[in-house]
Amino acid sequence: MNARDSILARLRAAPAGDPAPLPDVAGWYAAMPRLDAAERLARFKAAIEASHAEVHETYRSLWPDLLLSIAEQKGLRRFLVGGTPEAALLRSRRGALDFIDYEHAGIDWRDEMFANVDASLTNARCALADTGSLVLWPDSREPRMMSLVPPVHFVLLDASAIHQHLYEAMNKEGWADGMPTNAVVISGPSKTADIQQTLAYGAHGPKEVVVLLCRENQE
Amino acid sequence: MSQPIHFHPSSGFDQRSREAMNDLHLRRSFRGAMDFLQAKRRAQFTDANELSRLRDLGEAIRRHALANLPQLLEELESRLSRNGVQVHWAQTPEEARAIVLEIAKRKEAKSVVKGKSMVSEEIGLNHALEAAGIDALETDMGEYIVQLAGEAPSHIIMPAIHKTKQQIAELFAAKLPGVAYTENVDELIRIGREVLRKKFATADIGLSGVNFMVAETGTLFLVENEGNGRMCTTVPKVHIAITGIEKVVAKLDHVAILNTLLPRSATGQPVETYQNFISSPRKPGELDGPDEVHLILLDNGRTQAYGDVQLRATLQCIRCGACMNHCPVYARIGGHAYGTTYPGPIGAIISPHLLGLGATHRLATASTLCGACAEVCPVRIPITDLLVRLRNEAQAADADSSLRGAGESRKPLVSILFRAWALVYRYPTLYRLSTWLMSRGRAFMPGYQGAWTGIRTPLIPAKKRLRDLMAERQRTN
Repeated sequence: MNARDSILARLRAAPAGDPAPLPDVAGWYAAMPRLDAAERLARFKAAIEASHAEVHETYRSLWPDLLLSIAEQKGLRRFLVGGTPEAALLRSRRGALDFIDYEHAGIDWRDEMFANVDASLTNARCALADTGSLVLWPDSREPRMMSLVPPVHFVLLDASAIHQHLYEAMNKEGWADGMPTNAVVISGPSKTADIQQTLAYGAHGPKEVVVLLCRENQE
Repeated sequence: MSQPIHFHPSSGFDQRSREAMNDLHLRRSFRGAMDFLQAKRRAQFTDANELSRLRDLGEAIRRHALANLPQLLEELESRLSRNGVQVHWAQTPEEARAIVLEIAKRKEAKSVVKGKSMVSEEIGLNHALEAAGIDALETDMGEYIVQLAGEAPSHIIMPAIHKTKQQIAELFAAKLPGVAYTENVDELIRIGREVLRKKFATADIGLSGVNFMVAETGTLFLVENEGNGRMCTTVPKVHIAITGIEKVVAKLDHVAILNTLLPRSATGQPVETYQNFISSPRKPGELDGPDEVHLILLDNGRTQAYGDVQLRATLQCIRCGACMNHCPVYARIGGHAYGTTYPGPIGAIISPHLLGLGATHRLATASTLCGACAEVCPVRIPITDLLVRLRNEAQAADADSSLRGAGESRKPLVSILFRAWALVYRYPTLYRLSTWLMSRGRAFMPGYQGAWTGIRTPLIPAKKRLRDLMAERQRTN
């Protein structure tokens, strides 16, 4: 017998234990008090700020100007962008940024990305209020390394896309019906407490996470 | 170079514990870290009732997974295969190492970057890779420090918990070219970041552990704070994940519950920085991510624990480390004294299945049975019951135990004494007679009484028994 069959055979030969019914996960969450949209937004903001991320509230039409002014303040120039309409919109603005297109960068460019990119911009699919988390489903337009390698990560988040918790996001968006190559839930900048329990930011991933929280435009 | 694995942790356990007890720096490091972690966990769980119900649910999820383990593993395998992930099975550390080496050889790999993986420690992977001429670099900051120092992790979540920042500052200055001594933690982390970034960009293979595997969707779930786990699973062309067969759960939403317990129990943080769901290698059109994803499912004695209905609970573990953070013995002797990959209470109950009771039976005795471990366990493993069971198995008389190495710590004299004790306690007359004999024959008590007299004065029965004192009192009244 090969390793697989031997292991499975040993597991099958084991005596049955007490019955273990499917746990009631839905019941656990149903018993929680529901938060309305404003409460979810407030909770999200407080939680992700506690995890050391910046949150800037803005409107759909105003975020590119806001991003440019934050980038200027922080002295960020070299911006990694993907193939999204948001990236195209940002590129159309006049500003002091150099844009690096992920798609046309090529493989030799990897060292360059690790060493010489200042920041990146991606969309968030949605967010989670209880833990202050951003949900990203990277794809061909916004590849995985965009939210990982650059030292500063700008994230566009639709203010109406904040779920109460991970379970709600999974359920309402039907995650179990088709997971992407990689889904990632991000709660602030990269950090470590491995040296004498002293918290330090910017371990291997972004040192800063800047959330641009976009509401619908004012009437 | 990484540390060789200890195959006989029991031998030398006493010696190592004593050394740890006498090392003031180490004692301070551990005490400080344990107090810190305990306080942080407490702050996360302020509602005792809610915590209790959440632990019930966590336990139910893990028990459900174990009750259906063979079916879930098959479902997981078929889902992952459909997603394009290659699944391998290994019964022993040797088999697991061979699978990794075979992949490395096929890809002509020269370097491997490693995310934190206790299972890779369990199989002694770094050693095997180095022997094959492949660089194996730990990238979790704590693991990196420990590897640079030529040591093994002393805690499953915080590997360098035994080290002070001064020791780390000295280590960096001594081992890294062009690095000056600094005790500034931000600066030390910046140095580590710069060194490791270059490695991520060029490594051929990324290796990681897994926190949970989801059978329903064929998903590997990994959590971390640093981003090195995402680097290892994203940047190199090949990703190899390795984990124990017990880490599977049935449903994707089970992960949501378990991950509300894991970070809060482990480090007292509400959530980790990164929750990473990996379900397939790079798809056509995608611009990054590994071309190949492999999952190695390791048995290494887990099926032995599974074969016993009581001991099966050991496999509920989600590796949060709360049991060690709250263990009065671990806090005093630290992780290295155990001599096993997994130290502390969880180490004492899992190691006998991985290494056999013969090599590990002392670990179950390194407990006061105070029950703090079981009280904080997020999935309610009855750790103290299992410690007592393993103590008994280590003394088992016949070959009626199914555990490897059962009965290996049995000593004829000790078992005769305990059998006599049991007999005496069964019959009141015999009990009275023997206490009379002992109180009158107290001068004949031996000066050497095994481990007891190692650090204590010999036990000598009282001149008068309680029975005698009561009789006297009644006479005088």
